[in-house]
Amino acid sequence: MSAPGDDGVLAAEIADAQFGPAEVSAAVATARPRRNTPGPLDYLRRWPLQLWLVIVGLFLYLPLITLMAFSFNDSKRNIVWRGFTTDWYVKALTDSSLLEAFGNSLSIAALSTIASVILGALAAVALWRFDFRGKTAFEGAMAMPIVIPEICMGVAMLVFFARIMPWPQDLVWPFNLGPIVIAHISFSFPFVAVVVRARLASFDRSQEEAARDLGATDAQAFRDVLIPHLKPSLIAGALLAFTLSLDDFVITFFTAGPDTITFPVKVYSMVRFSVTPEVNAASTLLIVLTVLLTVVALRFQNPKEVAGA
Amino acid sequence: MSSKPPIISIEGVTKRFGDHAAVDDVSLTINEGEFFALLGPSGCGKTTLLRMLAGFETPTEGTIRIDGKDTDGVPPNRRPVNMVFQSYAVFPHMSVADNVAYGLKIDGVAKAERDRRVEEALALVQLEGFGGRMPDQMSGGQRQRVALARALAKRPRVLLLDEPLSALDAKLREAMRFELASLQHKVGITFVMVTHDQDEALALATRCAVMERGRLIQLATPSDLYEFPNSRFVADFIGTVNMVEGTLKTDNPTEAIIATKELGDVYIDHAVLGNEGATLYLALRPEKISLFRRDGVVPPKLEDCPEGYNVVAGVIDHIAYLGSESVFKVILTNGRQMLVIRPNLTRWDQEDFVEEQPVWLSWHACAPAVLAG
Repeated sequence: MSAPGDDGVLAAEIADAQFGPAEVSAAVATARPRRNTPGPLDYLRRWPLQLWLVIVGLFLYLPLITLMAFSFNDSKRNIVWRGFTTDWYVKALTDSSLLEAFGNSLSIAALSTIASVILGALAAVALWRFDFRGKTAFEGAMAMPIVIPEICMGVAMLVFFARIMPWPQDLVWPFNLGPIVIAHISFSFPFVAVVVRARLASFDRSQEEAARDLGATDAQAFRDVLIPHLKPSLIAGALLAFTLSLDDFVITFFTAGPDTITFPVKVYSMVRFSVTPEVNAASTLLIVLTVLLTVVALRFQNPKEVAGA
Repeated sequence: MSSKPPIISIEGVTKRFGDHAAVDDVSLTINEGEFFALLGPSGCGKTTLLRMLAGFETPTEGTIRIDGKDTDGVPPNRRPVNMVFQSYAVFPHMSVADNVAYGLKIDGVAKAERDRRVEEALALVQLEGFGGRMPDQMSGGQRQRVALARALAKRPRVLLLDEPLSALDAKLREAMRFELASLQHKVGITFVMVTHDQDEALALATRCAVMERGRLIQLATPSDLYEFPNSRFVADFIGTVNMVEGTLKTDNPTEAIIATKELGDVYIDHAVLGNEGATLYLALRPEKISLFRRDGVVPPKLEDCPEGYNVVAGVIDHIAYLGSESVFKVILTNGRQMLVIRPNLTRWDQEDFVEEQPVWLSWHACAPAVLAG
């Protein structure tokens, strides 16, 4: 919440941004002296910064736009534009191995997200609430998967599931995905824990005590007070875990069996033969899906709660 | 009231955090229907004591009985007390009505009865019609009312209040002070309040316990605390005071004389019951000192003091004019600074006392509180 005084300044700046300096200066001149240095929003009206903005935008999005554009290219090769078609989408959507890989990816992402959110949230709450011996060591160990190079994790998982705990073959869905799900949980739950811990820092513990005081048991207080407070971070953590799982290639590559190909691994193998627009179409669908998921998740979050009331 | 058993009895309670005793061997009883205040500077253990009543801390030693029952091992959710937290701790994700209903819902009170009691509690704190609001749409004062209603809806035997007025601005604090008093009158349950603000405690409480460094220093009514403090700490903590060190010179059954370096010999019209030569302290409240213009050389004579006693000469150094009264900083001829408060009874009489004006200070033989330590 800003002090009343801040609102005036902010409103003036917004007015500047909307109407430009000439119109506003007349209106504002009586209210306050005009600044010589441009305000934070003023910079965006100067051409060097606008140019910079365009360059950054192109840098970020040109590859993606190219990918999407060529998914509509009526050519087997991805180099020359030969006309518009949606055939590649039809092909991608009827390619059973691609669809299976996509299905696997979604299942793995869903399962590992659920497990990661529960584990990560509980770990965060434990670290926040309790003091115990070896807490620092536990915290460090938990953050390891974040810093360990993915390739090492991948090899480690490969060795582990080959030697220490061989996973039985030919299991029914979703048990055949076990190794990948376990691997994904191990690298995504620390991210959830980090997000949830950050949110816990803003929790007023007397709220929990108030619930206890009003007759709630520890479990009821956890459910009625702490979980609602953590909700935005749980959603954010879940989203993070889901996307991490969905686009992981390295670790999945080492833990996937012949019948548990995921979407990124499948795309990689397709690309090894030739980069057809079918790959572009499939990738575009994945991008659209992730963007939609993000939008839905952001809608679902109450913006006031995110701000941390 | 004394015939009834006390609603809360605290017997020899000590709470240690490591080596540090936050509460040190405190014993006291609180009677049904009292507005009890735990008063002390921050870190004196008053909040720890309150939290032990609520069940958030357990005593290291001693027993706490609430309504005659030993509370040892009873968790906060099973105690017949409810608390209003300093931060109010209103649940931000629940509407006002849901906040107030929460405790009743946990208790399994049926919906119709629950709604009725929520309405009743909201009416009690003058928040009728606010049930549908969310806490972030309410002001600090309103949120505090929600916290009050939420605690009262459970109909506790004792309501615990942790620094209830500290987060409000001065005007609202004053208004809320009266409202808390009338609320307690209406619901008739025992209130136990923690505060570091002596005004708050004096204005609201029927009895106050003054604590310092974990110990209970004095337990008395507000006026006894102010007029009959039992120690320099209490005299200094409650209100303002001129503290003067002296030694007992004469001690008779009906009068005593205490020799001080700064005020000369001070005449007291009651026995002090101490050894002659013992070090004593005189706590002299600023409003109990009278101010006379010192234009001539004849000191004023107080009817209850022998000639020449309890009158000292000084010069007004500084005046804080507060409208209803004025606070004078007077420098005595020996350099000692004394505070004097004088009500502005007429619209002109403050004109007699201006800065640099030589004055006599005098006080009655019963005015100073004589303290041993």
